[in-house]
Amino acid sequence: MGIKSTQHPFFISVFFLGIFLFAWHVATISAPFDPTGKTDEELMVMEFNGDIMQTDDGQYVWNPEKEKVKGVPGPLTVLEKAWIELNEAFVIKGTNDHGIAFLVGYTVSRFSAGFLAASLVAILVGIVLGLNQMLFRALNPFIQILKPISPLAWMPLLLYTVKDPKWTAVLVVFMAAVWPTLATTAFGVNSLRKEYLQVAAILQLSWFKRLYKVILPGAAPTIVNGLRISFGSALVAVVPAEMLLGELGVGYLSWIEWNNLDIAGVIFAILVVGTVGVVLDSGFNRLAGLVTYRE
Amino acid sequence: MSFLAIDHMNKYFPSHSGNGEVCIFEDVTVKINKGEFVTVIGHSGCGKSTLLNIIAGLETPTEGGVILNGQEVTGPGLDRMVVFQSFALMPWMTVFENVALAVRSAYPTWSSQEIKAHVQKYITLVGLQGAETKKPTALSGGMKQRVGLARAFSIEPKVLLLDEPFAQIDALTRGVIQEELVQMWNATRNTVFMVTHDVDEAILLSDRIMLMTNGPSARIAEIVDVTIPRPRSRETIIEDKHYYKIRNHIIHFLVRHASHGQADESGDDAKRSGPVEINFRNRATNTYEPAVTH
Repeated sequence: MGIKSTQHPFFISVFFLGIFLFAWHVATISAPFDPTGKTDEELMVMEFNGDIMQTDDGQYVWNPEKEKVKGVPGPLTVLEKAWIELNEAFVIKGTNDHGIAFLVGYTVSRFSAGFLAASLVAILVGIVLGLNQMLFRALNPFIQILKPISPLAWMPLLLYTVKDPKWTAVLVVFMAAVWPTLATTAFGVNSLRKEYLQVAAILQLSWFKRLYKVILPGAAPTIVNGLRISFGSALVAVVPAEMLLGELGVGYLSWIEWNNLDIAGVIFAILVVGTVGVVLDSGFNRLAGLVTYRE
Repeated sequence: MSFLAIDHMNKYFPSHSGNGEVCIFEDVTVKINKGEFVTVIGHSGCGKSTLLNIIAGLETPTEGGVILNGQEVTGPGLDRMVVFQSFALMPWMTVFENVALAVRSAYPTWSSQEIKAHVQKYITLVGLQGAETKKPTALSGGMKQRVGLARAFSIEPKVLLLDEPFAQIDALTRGVIQEELVQMWNATRNTVFMVTHDVDEAILLSDRIMLMTNGPSARIAEIVDVTIPRPRSRETIIEDKHYYKIRNHIIHFLVRHASHGQADESGDDAKRSGPVEINFRNRATNTYEPAVTH
C-alpha cells in the first residue's frame, strides 16, 4: 500500500473499525467450559441450572441459550442476530413482532410527520417574528423558556391530552423539532440584510413575492441551520418516545430486545437507529445543499 | 417648477442617551431639474445617505417633504431606483435573474420574451454579456456594481439614486465604471441624485455639487456649478481651466468642515441666507478663499 492510499480517510476508518471489532471480539470471547476440578455432583447442579449441557459424546459445554444473556455478546453473535432479523425484515409474526423493515418504516413516518409539521409551523411563525421586531421581543422570553425543555417532559401531558400514543409520539417529535427552527428562522429573517428588503420595497414586490423571492431564499441558509439542529433533536427524541409509549419502531425494538434479555438484539437495534439516522441526515443535507448560497 | 424638490426638510433621530433627539440635518431645500445630475458631498455622518433614503422613500423626514414631478413622495417606488454602495444584489439569484426581477416588476404586462430581450439589452450595455448565469459571488466588486447599474437603468426610473456607488470598488476599476456611467447617463439623460465622498467622481459626473456641513444639524452650505462642458472624460476633464478651481474649492470646504466648531460657525452664517451658489464662470479670478466668509 502506497503512502497516498493510506492517507485516504476511508482506509483509516476501516483500520479503526477493524481494531474495534477485533478488540470487541477478543474482549467478549469466553473460554470453553473446563470441567477439571469439579465434582460430578457440582457438574450435575450446573447442568440442572442450565449453565452447562452434555453433548452427544458425553462432554460438558456451556449452554448456548444461557450464553446469550451472560456478558456482552461478541460481534459475530450480533452479526448472526442481524442476519436473522434482516432475513425476516418483511415478516409480520404477531401484533408486536413486525419485521425490521416495518419498524424502520414506522419510525421514519412518525419522525417525518412530526418534523415536517414542526418545520412548517416554526418557519411560518419564525418569519412573522423575524419581520416584526416588537412581536419577537415580546414572545422571545416564552421561546427561551420552552426551548430547553426536554421534549420527553411533555409526554405525560400530551398523552393525557390527546389520549393516543401514536399522536403523542408524533407530538413529542414535533416539540423536539419546533424550537430550534423557530428561533433561527426568526433570527435569519431579522438579520436579513436590509438592502434586500429595500430593493423589494422599491420594486414594489407583492407581499407574496417578497416572501418567496427575497425573504425565504435570503434567510434559507440560516433556516436550514435551524432545521439541522431540529432534525438532530427530533431524531434523538423519537427513540425514547417509542420506548416509553410502546409504539412499534426502531426505538421500541431496542427496548423489546432488552425485555427479551437479547443483548445482541439490543446492539442490533442501536445499529439500526444509527443507520436510519445517517440515511435521513444525508437526505437532509442533499436538500439543504439546494437552498444555500454564498454571499 | 423643478422636477425633484426637497422642501425645508429636517431629520431628527432619537439620541443614543435616550433623552431628546439629535438633529441629523436641517432646513434642506434642493431643487433639481429634469435630466440633471446632482451630487451631495460631505463627511461621514452628515446625513447625506439619510437624505438619499428619504428621496427613495425608504426613510421618512421629520419635517418637510420631497416632491417628484408634482407629487409628494410617500414611500418607495419604481420611479426612484437606488444603486447601493453594498450592491444589494440577491446572492441566490444569477445576474440575469437579479435584473429580471426588477424588469418584471416594472413592466408586469410584458411577455417573458420582451423581458428577456430588455434584460439582455441592459446586461450588454454594462458589458456583462456572458456572465448572465453567474451568481454575484462569482463576480468582482466592479462587475457587481455593473449589475447594480444595469438593474437600476433597466426599469428606466424617473430618478436614479446613487448611494456612494463606487466606494467599495478598487480605484482603477472605479474610473472605468464612472466613465461607463457617464455614457449610460448621456444615452438616457435620467435625473440622478448621487451621494459620494469622492471629489473627482463628483466633478466628473455632476452638473451641480452640493456641499454638506458636518452633522449634527448638517446643512447644505454651498452649491457648486460644475462649469465644465460635456462630454467629459477623466483624461480631458483635468485640462479644463475650472477643474482645479472647483476641486480645490470643494476640498477646502471639506477640510474646513472637518472640525465641528468651525462648521457650526460658518453654518450660522449661511443659515440666514441659504446655500451659497458658486459658479466659476461668473468669477474673474478665484483664490481658494472659502466663498462663505466673504
